[in-house]
Amino acid sequence: MERPAWAPQGIDISVPSVSRMYDFYLGGSHNFEVDREAARKAMEFMPGLPKVMQANRAFMRRAVHHATTLGVNQFLDIGSGIPTFGNVHEVAQAADPEARVAYVDHDPVAVAHSQAVLEGNERAVIAAADLRKPKDILDNPEVNALLDLDRPVALLLVAVLHFIEDADGPYAAVAELRDALAPGSLLVLTHASYEGIPLPQEEAGGTVDVYRTIRNPLIMRTRKEISRFFEGYEMIDPGLVAMPEWRPESAEALAQEDPFTYSGFAGVGRKA
Amino acid sequence: MSIPSQPSGAPDAEPDGPEGRLRRFATIWSRAIFPSTATSLTRPEFEEHLLPLARELSDTLHGRVFDAAPAHRVGAGLVAAHCTDPDALSSTLGVVDSYLVLYCGGNGPVELSTEDSRARCARIQHALAGGFTQALRERTLAEQEAIARSALTARSHAEQALHATEARFRAVFKDAAVGIGIADLDGNILEINDTLTRMFGGLENHVRSHKVNEWVHPEDSPHVWKYYEELVRGEREHYSVEKPYYRNDGTVLWTNLTVSLLRDPEGRPEYQLALLEDTTERRLLNLRLRYEATHDALTGLPNRTLFFERLEKALAPREGMRFGLCYLDLDGFKAINDSLGHAAGDRLLVEVADRLQSCATAPGEMVARLGGDEFVALTTGPRTEDEVHELAGRILLALATPVRLDGRELTVRGSIGVVEGPSGERTPAEVLRSADITMYRAKAAGGNRFALADAEADARAITRHGLTTALPTALDRGEFFIEYQPLVHLGDGSVHGAEALVRWCHPQHGVLGPDRFIPLAEHTGLIVPLGRWVLEESVRQANFWKERHTDGGPLRINVNLSPTQLHHPSLVAETVDVLERSGLEPGALCLEVTESALIGADDDLLKPLRQLAEMGVDIALDDFGTGYSNLANLRRLPVSVLKLDRSFTQGMQHHPADPVDLKIVEGIVSLAHSLDLAVTVEGVETGAQAEQLRQIGCDTAQGWYYARPGAPDRIHSLLLADAV
Repeated sequence: MERPAWAPQGIDISVPSVSRMYDFYLGGSHNFEVDREAARKAMEFMPGLPKVMQANRAFMRRAVHHATTLGVNQFLDIGSGIPTFGNVHEVAQAADPEARVAYVDHDPVAVAHSQAVLEGNERAVIAAADLRKPKDILDNPEVNALLDLDRPVALLLVAVLHFIEDADGPYAAVAELRDALAPGSLLVLTHASYEGIPLPQEEAGGTVDVYRTIRNPLIMRTRKEISRFFEGYEMIDPGLVAMPEWRPESAEALAQEDPFTYSGFAGVGRKA
Repeated sequence: MSIPSQPSGAPDAEPDGPEGRLRRFATIWSRAIFPSTATSLTRPEFEEHLLPLARELSDTLHGRVFDAAPAHRVGAGLVAAHCTDPDALSSTLGVVDSYLVLYCGGNGPVELSTEDSRARCARIQHALAGGFTQALRERTLAEQEAIARSALTARSHAEQALHATEARFRAVFKDAAVGIGIADLDGNILEINDTLTRMFGGLENHVRSHKVNEWVHPEDSPHVWKYYEELVRGEREHYSVEKPYYRNDGTVLWTNLTVSLLRDPEGRPEYQLALLEDTTERRLLNLRLRYEATHDALTGLPNRTLFFERLEKALAPREGMRFGLCYLDLDGFKAINDSLGHAAGDRLLVEVADRLQSCATAPGEMVARLGGDEFVALTTGPRTEDEVHELAGRILLALATPVRLDGRELTVRGSIGVVEGPSGERTPAEVLRSADITMYRAKAAGGNRFALADAEADARAITRHGLTTALPTALDRGEFFIEYQPLVHLGDGSVHGAEALVRWCHPQHGVLGPDRFIPLAEHTGLIVPLGRWVLEESVRQANFWKERHTDGGPLRINVNLSPTQLHHPSLVAETVDVLERSGLEPGALCLEVTESALIGADDDLLKPLRQLAEMGVDIALDDFGTGYSNLANLRRLPVSVLKLDRSFTQGMQHHPADPVDLKIVEGIVSLAHSLDLAVTVEGVETGAQAEQLRQIGCDTAQGWYYARPGAPDRIHSLLLADAV
């Protein structure tokens, strides 16, 4: 019998979680041995994975900062995972103490941990919802209590869309979110791709296999496919580029980037 | 590791001053460990972050009294800056070892020997490593605890949600208005809800102590247990049936039962889920409604509906099976109703119903009331040929005992039509009609008896019955038409007029003469509109001839009047109306009235005829000589023509004519002429007849010798022939 929609998923920490693996890549200890084992396996094929994650974090930091300079101080971070450090609310609230951040994740452990971390912060919430059901996110009472969707919102889809298979309709989901946001809103997005990985595809493919094994398939998309997520939005300079290339702090910093940070694409689009 | 030649630093510091040198140390340190950090800070930010730590190391190196403890804090500071990778520690120690004394050695207030500097640097490294390790250990433990706690929290949330889900399911199960039961595939009942227990009489143990397959009931539909076996074998996912059960008090519970197969996650059959809806009340209500719809409220006998259902079953083709039907109508019931009142009539019917019921108690026998005082008794089986006679006999016998009503004894009699035959040959309607006709035959024969159906009698009655019912619409549909038979002047052989004769072109029976339907029309009263139509049509036709035949002398049209028309109060008015509207003068119309219609006629009846005669309409006495030909009466009648019946002329068809017939006709003609009556003879078929009649002095003749009745244009051509 199929589980009814309103019944919660069980918690099974014997199964690796992409959120906790992400934390491990970033040097955190918010993870269990199963997570580390899977992450180590993935790193056998792509030793530079931690650098990819770091580049994601650095891009997100720059993008959030840029959003505040554009006057956007509401953030909707979907697929936020385990909060480690340099989180969106830390970066945003450092720039604008009034900034509001709604985190969304579907991993119950990540949600519980976020709740603990965010306790006492009145301008940041975590909601349990799934990107594959955008209506649930838009209708979520916590999200709606915190964010005013009639004002511009920066929608963060950092390192999450490559976990949504085509069969689950990632384009439709993103379109629904895009359409729901007010003019002036931003779409901040990173996505894994074979393009830019400093390895032959068959080698990098080993990592994809690992994620498939843990039932969180990693969907590599081309730059063209990734750019479709921005449909109807104007790309902010420099467009959809490798993560380090998106508004680097300095030419010198860019020159010193690890080759693995060029794996995948990052971009920010703006609703006219 | 390369040492940058132009380390970046704060622009306000003198490059070679102590602050500038400290910054250069921080830059080298930052570059050394940045690749192994996970920080999202940019390199300049990270370097800014390291600067206070570098200053602490520098200050520690130059302490007036050396204390390595601050270096411990620097190690912890690295961990706080997310430098958690062990490589960050080894790189840091390498940088401190190589560059701390070099860049910060001469910065402090205390002048240190090289040896002292090296020693202090070594101890700083020890403390820094200790501080890093301790902080990393604490951070790791804290994060492990945090994530474990989050996992626990998440799990407990999930369990709460699951619990809530289960609570909802439990509530659905417990409070559902339908009975729910779960059993394993061997039929052991595992769980039942309160509703189910209540439906079965309130004893949970009574339900649980029986396996599912023990709940058999004699009225189970034949396939219910086949479905059950298929389901528990996993060959069927669900089934729905209407199923009775015994409650613990032995009464019957009727249910709409739906059983579904529950499978385990691997798809293997595991349990069966039964949903039962109590339909006992609804079923009783349906049965009552059905009873009321199929039984007569007064007598409680089956009614027409149920009787027809049974009759239909009895008549369905079945080898060797026969049926016998008694159709009973009480004799003189209307008189009882009229004289004693309906209440008494009803009580009589109830008594009759009871007696009839006692006559038909064998299997395959039934009694029903069709309505009014009509009852039927039906018997079925292989030997109804004898049984139905006995049944009819029993019924007459049962009715023979007088019925006591309000202290008086009433004799009840009935007429019974009996139909018997094999199954599979006739429809219920045919059988019932035959029984009805036969019953009337019994009644016509005096009543208090039964008659047996007979195909020939049926056929006659059926035709008459059919014609009677078809008559009214036949007039509307224009199925009647008129043929005209010429009336010929015996003196000169000219056509003197015509008699209008109505015909019915029946869609099934073809053209029917007036003898087939006029009596029926008389009986139903349709003769009035039909007669009027014939009159209108004939007059219209006569007028037409008159216009076409201006030089042919007077031309008459003879139209028959039936006894009912004769009695109809508007006869005169309508005739006048028809004549006026057509413009035909009254003298051209002759109405024929039979002699029998005028027997014993009083002045009231003759009055309209007199009025018509006074207007100039001729009245002919038709069929003269067939009834009691009261010659004396002729004087009183407003008649101007006598039509001699064909029986008088039959003896003159051949030469020589029968002398007696000749004498009689001579006498009648002479008498008629003496009363100023013209004489017309019917049925003239030969020239000899015509000649004889002419010699006797008859005025007009009609018959096949001249022409058979025919279409109006034939008369027209005869007239033209005359004119030539």
